[in-house]
Amino acid sequence: MQVSMTVNGEEVTREIEGRLLLVHFLRDHLALTGTHWGCDTSNCGTCVVWMDGEPVKSCTVLAAMAGGHEIRTVEGLAQNGQLDPVQQGFMECHGLQCGFCTPGMMMTARALLDSNPSPSEGEIREAISGQICRCTGYATIVRSVQWAAAEEAGTRTTTPAGSAS
Amino acid sequence: MPVSYEDKGLGMQVPAPFEYERATSVDQAIGLLDRLGDTARLVAGGHSLLPMMKLRLANFEYLIDINDLHGELSQIIVEPGQIRVGAMTRHRELLESDALAATFPIFRDAEQVIADPVVRNRGTLGGSLCQADPSEDLSAVCTTLGASCVIRGRDGERVVTMEEFHRGPYETAVGAAEMLVEVRFPVRPGGSSAYEKVERRAGDWAIVSAGAAVWLDGGIITDARVGLAAVGPNTAGLPAISEALRGQPASEEIYARAGEIAAASCNPATDMRGTADYKRHLADELTRRALRRAVARVNERV
Repeated sequence: MQVSMTVNGEEVTREIEGRLLLVHFLRDHLALTGTHWGCDTSNCGTCVVWMDGEPVKSCTVLAAMAGGHEIRTVEGLAQNGQLDPVQQGFMECHGLQCGFCTPGMMMTARALLDSNPSPSEGEIREAISGQICRCTGYATIVRSVQWAAAEEAGTRTTTPAGSAS
Repeated sequence: MPVSYEDKGLGMQVPAPFEYERATSVDQAIGLLDRLGDTARLVAGGHSLLPMMKLRLANFEYLIDINDLHGELSQIIVEPGQIRVGAMTRHRELLESDALAATFPIFRDAEQVIADPVVRNRGTLGGSLCQADPSEDLSAVCTTLGASCVIRGRDGERVVTMEEFHRGPYETAVGAAEMLVEVRFPVRPGGSSAYEKVERRAGDWAIVSAGAAVWLDGGIITDARVGLAAVGPNTAGLPAISEALRGQPASEEIYARAGEIAAASCNPATDMRGTADYKRHLADELTRRALRRAVARVNERV
């Protein structure tokens, strides 16, 4: 069957099997390997992408179901060569070690900040509660999201290390 | 570069091949089901069905995607004697509905502990009920609230109670050419509700859950309902508790009596989540807690 959808602002059309999962469509058909494929059972959350602005676990959405919808992946976070504040926050606050969970974490964090620009620590932990990180113990992920929130609110007090500007 | 699953070899958890169809209306979906019979299955959020298909616990030749019907089937309509909720209403919408929480706080209690926020963006009320998993929390909520299910087929609609709807594990009253379109919750004055769940980790299936709904008149329980999840073949409503509580003053003694009945009436199995004895203990304790909290909510409102 044929499926068409918008991925990171670009219209794509491919011939697929009905059973193809969205995560494999993105990785294997579009070569967008930023979205990771982890547990395959909607537990780990590394495959989180946006569908029509909402985070979804792409291992549990058929590519066919995404037809006609707008998908945003981690590759679509940076705009015009400028990293998203969430991406900057993960760099500044050591929000990752191995990096496997990072794309899903960042997509959920971006969605959280869009709906709630100054979340509490509890709200951040709740937002990422469907995603597993085995390196950081989550503390630095929470800090990274807080950094991004402060950056966007203009209330950040520390200068990013290595920032040229 | 397109890759098929055949090329990828073993170790992939993907469903067996099927034909994908997309429904454009309820009637068209029913027409497809009528033509394809039990070789076809509706898919809503897919967060129960697709994992089952990956594990080959479910196999269908056709999947009919009803997500385009979300707009039509996701209304939460408050009427004088009942609240009607469309079958495609997603967990997140149930969680965020102030109208639902005002009348039935049990919904917000339960939705906060169902899976995780990302899963709740997709999963639906109807999908949860049609999955008919005995551990499923929304089924226990609907049982507790004495909900009825509106099932539509080619020849019109019929309405069944929750007891009639769930026929056994993973079995419902919905026929091969029918569709659950709405769930109705009767509203009576003087009542409130609560939900208590114990799970091994955040967002997991329940070890045991208990829902309670109570109606009070001057401190006397005029009616009460308790529904349990994960301790029997279905999310069981317990009429014996209703009988024991009616006409009694709301008190710790009566919550304890209800807990005893819950523990004695349920039928848990020892599994990786816990022993049958532990689950009976939870059924007792969670029944008491849910009743206590539901009564407190009625009293807060007065």
